[in-house]
Order: sequence, then structure tokens, then C-alpha cells
Amino acid sequence: MATIWEAMCLAVPVKIVSINGDEAETEIAGVRRRVSIALTPEAKVGDYVLLHTGYAIGVIDEAEAEETLKLFEEIASLSEVH
Amino acid sequence: MKFIDEYQDNKLARGLAYKIAQRSTKTIRLMEFCGGHTHAILRYGIRQLVPKTVEMRSGPGCPVCVTATADLDKAIALAYLPDVIITTFGDMIRVPSSYSSLQQAKAEGADIRIVYSTIDAVEIAKANPGKSVIFIGIGFETTAPTIAASILKAQQDKIENFHVLSLNKLTPPVMKALLDSGEIKLDGIIGPGHVSVIIGPHPYEFIPRDYGVACVISGFEPLDILLCIDKLVEQIEKGEPKVEIAYPRGVKPEGNRKARQLMGKVFEIGEANWRGIGIVPQSGLKVRGKYERFDADKAFSVSLKPPREPEGCRCGDVIRGAAMPPECKLFGKVCTPESPVGPCMVSSEGACAAYYQYGTPENSQGF
Repeated sequence: MATIWEAMCLAVPVKIVSINGDEAETEIAGVRRRVSIALTPEAKVGDYVLLHTGYAIGVIDEAEAEETLKLFEEIASLSEVH
Repeated sequence: MKFIDEYQDNKLARGLAYKIAQRSTKTIRLMEFCGGHTHAILRYGIRQLVPKTVEMRSGPGCPVCVTATADLDKAIALAYLPDVIITTFGDMIRVPSSYSSLQQAKAEGADIRIVYSTIDAVEIAKANPGKSVIFIGIGFETTAPTIAASILKAQQDKIENFHVLSLNKLTPPVMKALLDSGEIKLDGIIGPGHVSVIIGPHPYEFIPRDYGVACVISGFEPLDILLCIDKLVEQIEKGEPKVEIAYPRGVKPEGNRKARQLMGKVFEIGEANWRGIGIVPQSGLKVRGKYERFDADKAFSVSLKPPREPEGCRCGDVIRGAAMPPECKLFGKVCTPESPVGPCMVSSEGACAAYYQYGTPENSQGF
């Protein structure tokens, strides 16, 4: 059975370390991989992109990611269960 | 790993589950449309975390599972043609078809190679100019732009022995087909996160407008899914269904325009054959005439016997959310991941495989 990383619906967040044309070198947990950024021409070095079957399909919005985490913290602090 | 670990926090998950339980008074039914969500929901025991008022069903969101037997039969027939190399995502190879499987064809000498990406398939074509390389193009809007990009790459690099059997499918039309059938009543839909990275939230607007059903787009970590369920419960309790994004770090209101542009350049919308559902109009992607030399349907002709469904297999019912995997008599007995009868037990995104692996409180992994 395929691992969750190979599942087709899934896209994994990887960090762009360098860009050459429409290809980028990315890194996740110390593993480097070349990916196509043909679908995300706006991606820059340092961005996290969602990697799906060899292609970056979207750039992660870090400010939104922070907001969501803050929301989780607020919910947890308001609930009585800890 | 950044953007993963922080969305798996156990304490925050319990906080969210508590909030959902406080909110929820009505008995409701939600459906996740994405196979990635099915896997995550069962793996992390989300069904056990949410209150008993919230019933959860899986939908037609596993690309391998929804591929019709007749289409798989065609892929296998193509594999037996001389001088053909079939390239495919891994899960497809083990799916039993009417008379064979890609795995059996491979054992009988067909050249079938598992690839991680369409990029690899194009490379194989480049390295084998004397052969025809056919990529089995399954998947939804998440994957279709990558397949479009591979056809454009093959055209640009003049790799004329690369072909795609386009079985790509579109999500909103099948949602509409399920809602129209009325077979199971739904109150809310957990919207597919990575399909929505591409198409954005707007194509789902008919769901609350025409059917009064809530739709919240979710990420794939357990906290993302709990946040999505919380928002769905809130909308349903208030009686104000709408489309919301609970995965804003990935899904932008406009989606990914570049990806949609490439998809529209290479593909046109046509009907598609879905396992368990049948032909759904406007739910598939066909290669445009301009790129027909890359279209396996145009470049090759195979004769097929009428398709045969595996006896007793309820994959079709499971795909429509009309049956839970354990309701199938074959589940876990005749049909296991080691010896699957239908695709829902083969694919890691299939509901039967996810139930088999994680489906009880004892074997869900938790987090």
C-alpha cells in the first residue's frame, strides 16, 4: 500500500532552497527534492509550497498559517478540557 | 515538520472537540469528499473525537476507486499492445479489473512502470524513442494541471511518443450528481483541500444555494479537520449554510489561476464514467483536439469485452456514501489489503483500506 506521502489527494509542505527556471530545489525534514514550479511561478526562495506529484501546486500563506494556529490556541484556552 | 506537526497537537485537538460537542445539538450527517480526508479522519480517530450527533460518511474522492472498470480495462488492453510502456501512479497497478489487472499484465511481460510524477513519465518517453509511453491520467483538479503541464512539456521538447489516457475527473459536478440523486441526505460537506488550492471556493457555491448544504474546505491535519467540522456544525446549528475556507494557509479565494489556465489550455470538459455512479455529464477532462497526438484515446485503438464488476464487491455503494465498508460481506474476510477484491481496498485513499487499517478505536493511531 502506498504511504500517505504518495496519496494523490495529498500535498506536502516543502521549503524552496533554490530556483532554476521552472524547477526548484526543495527540502523537507532534511530530504532534498527537485520539483517543478511551472504551476506556481510566483514562488520564491524561502517560500513553503505544497508539493503534489512532483509539482508545487500552491504557495503556503504563512500569515494565514499563524492566524489558524492562534485560533486553535484561543479555542483550547476557552474550553474546559485540557 | 513545519506546517504539519503544529496541526497535530493533542491538547488543541481536545479543545476543538470539546467546542464541537458544546455546539452540537442536532443530529447531522457530514461527508468528506476527499480520499486524503478519509484516510486522515480514520487514522487520527476523528470519528471517536466528535460527538455522537455528528455522523460522518466518505464520498467519491479516491481517484483510483472512482476509475470505472471499463476505463481500467482499456488501460490494461493498452499495456498489451506491442512497443508500449505504461506509466502509472502506484495504487492503480493492483486494482482488479474485469479480466486482469495491470499487475497481472506486468507479470505476463507488459512493460508497466510506476511513477511518482508525470515528469518521470515524460523522461521515460524521452529515454525510449522507439516506444510509445502512455501515462494513465487519473485524479481530480489537483492532479489535472500537472498532467496538462506534462503534455505541454512534451510538446515543447518535441517528445512525440508521450501519450496520456485522460481519465481525469472534476469534483463539483459529482457533488451535484450525488446531491441530485437524494440517495443519502447530507447536512454538510468537508470540502477537498487540495482540489480547492486549484479551483478556489467559488465552484462550490451551488451547494448551500441550491441544496441548503453547508460546505467548508479543510486541510489534512487532524486540527484542520476538527476546525472544519466545528465550522460545519456552527453553520448547520444556525441554519446558515455557506461556503467557507478552514484551510486559508493553502486555499486562496481565487485558487491557482496559472494551474487552471494550463488545465484549460490542454483539456476540455466532457462526460466521465465514475465507478458506482455511472456517466456524469461535464465531470471529466478530455484532451483538446490541438493536442490530440498526445491523446492515447486518439493514438491507439483497442477492442474491449464488456466490463465485469467483481462479484459481491460494494465499492460502488461505498463510493456514494450509501454503505460503510464493514457493511460489505467481503470486507476484512475475502477482501483485505493483501488480497483486494475492489479498488476501495487497494488505494491508500480508499475508504475500505482506511477502515481496515484504522477503522476501530483500538487501531486508530490517535495523535
